[in-house]
Amino acid sequence: MIRLVCIRGCALLTISLALIGGLSAALYAQQPVASQGTPEVKIDNFSYGPATITVAVGTTVTWTNRDDIPHTVVSTDGAFKSKVMDTDEKFFYTFAKPGTYSYFCSIHPKMTGQIVVK
Amino acid sequence: MNSKQNSARMVDGHDTDFLHEDLHHSNPLNDGVDRRGFLKCMAWAGTGLVWTMSGGIPVSQAFAGSMGKHAKDALTFVQISDSHMGFNKPANTDVIGTLKTAIDQINGLTPQPEFLLHTGDISHLSKPEEFDNVDQILKSANAKEVFYVPGEHDLLDDANGKSYLDRYGKNTQGAGWYSFDKKGVHFIGLVNVVSLKAGGLGSLGQEQLAWMSDDIAHLKHSTPVVVFAHIPLWSVYPEWGWGTDDSAQALGYLKKFGSVTVLNGHIHQIMQKVEGRVTFHTARSTAFPQPEPGKAPSPGPMKVPTDQLKSLLGITDVNYVRGKHDLAVVDSTLV
Repeated sequence: MIRLVCIRGCALLTISLALIGGLSAALYAQQPVASQGTPEVKIDNFSYGPATITVAVGTTVTWTNRDDIPHTVVSTDGAFKSKVMDTDEKFFYTFAKPGTYSYFCSIHPKMTGQIVVK
Repeated sequence: MNSKQNSARMVDGHDTDFLHEDLHHSNPLNDGVDRRGFLKCMAWAGTGLVWTMSGGIPVSQAFAGSMGKHAKDALTFVQISDSHMGFNKPANTDVIGTLKTAIDQINGLTPQPEFLLHTGDISHLSKPEEFDNVDQILKSANAKEVFYVPGEHDLLDDANGKSYLDRYGKNTQGAGWYSFDKKGVHFIGLVNVVSLKAGGLGSLGQEQLAWMSDDIAHLKHSTPVVVFAHIPLWSVYPEWGWGTDDSAQALGYLKKFGSVTVLNGHIHQIMQKVEGRVTFHTARSTAFPQPEPGKAPSPGPMKVPTDQLKSLLGITDVNYVRGKHDLAVVDSTLV
């Protein structure tokens, strides 16, 4: 329960209500998926972390290579393919359609990951 | 040149585990060469670790003694690997310098090698200037002939390896595989770093395997065969991708031969294994060391104190004496 106290008149009360309403909507929207905004997959020690993430349709995922060795991000079904990412280089991809996207490093194929788009 | 460190390293850790395991498999003749005896042999080769294969039985002998009286008929070549030109991270900020040191060391060998084998990862990122630098440095080698196979770092251009093939692929097939003969030894250069599958290891592919089967069909069983490829053709440590999915098929083709030597790179450290008539050997890098299998969170470059770096980099000298069908493999560090 939210208690509202009007101190400086109705204008402030209206703004406060609007902010609280917006925040509630944002929290509700986040509930069905694990992450939103600009989720990042970090590449450390020849691994994608986290190895699996779930995002909403339209989300842009960022991969950052933090190893001293180059890596790639290549989807197994050909949906996306990064250029070679040297140390600290990034790759971005926006997921426009729902589905489960498996990917791997074409240089070190033992490295695998998955993006679930809902 | 300090080959003693090589010997010391070989009797530590995983190397001995592989040797232990495989000596039992490869020693059905009960000839008394047990693990302890073999390791002792390895340790006493003071000027360099030398081991040869004869009828499936590993024997160790002093390098100078074995080569001296047969030098005229010998074929000598040197394997270098994983020069990673362009790498500039803390594990080695001067890969140009360490490659130059390796070439200087090769130029000081007696007898001089007739040619060099480079088992891949010539460059770090497949950039033209990286290949240019290696080509320039290798021009200072007395041995003018160099045979290459690509590592995964050599096929990173936008055209999936066209840049490598344009430069090194003359007289090769497919992704760059080929064979040649020198003084009665048949050499086969294989490519196991293309079309890799998610979750998999190195891969040769059916087209290359079919070519290899044809390539060796005409050879006499007594022909010594040397196979070289970037990723190990035996299962060194699959958890880190150190193996080749379809290598068993390739090795199956080679079963008819009395002497097979497999030379690989990729893992930046020495590992050896004897299986029947086949000896497997991985070479050190000229750029940076990698950890022993499972002894680090990942196989990434291993940073060691600067004064120790050159003791973990090196070259591999291989000698074949005509008529003996044995190849002697000698590893040397860069210090």
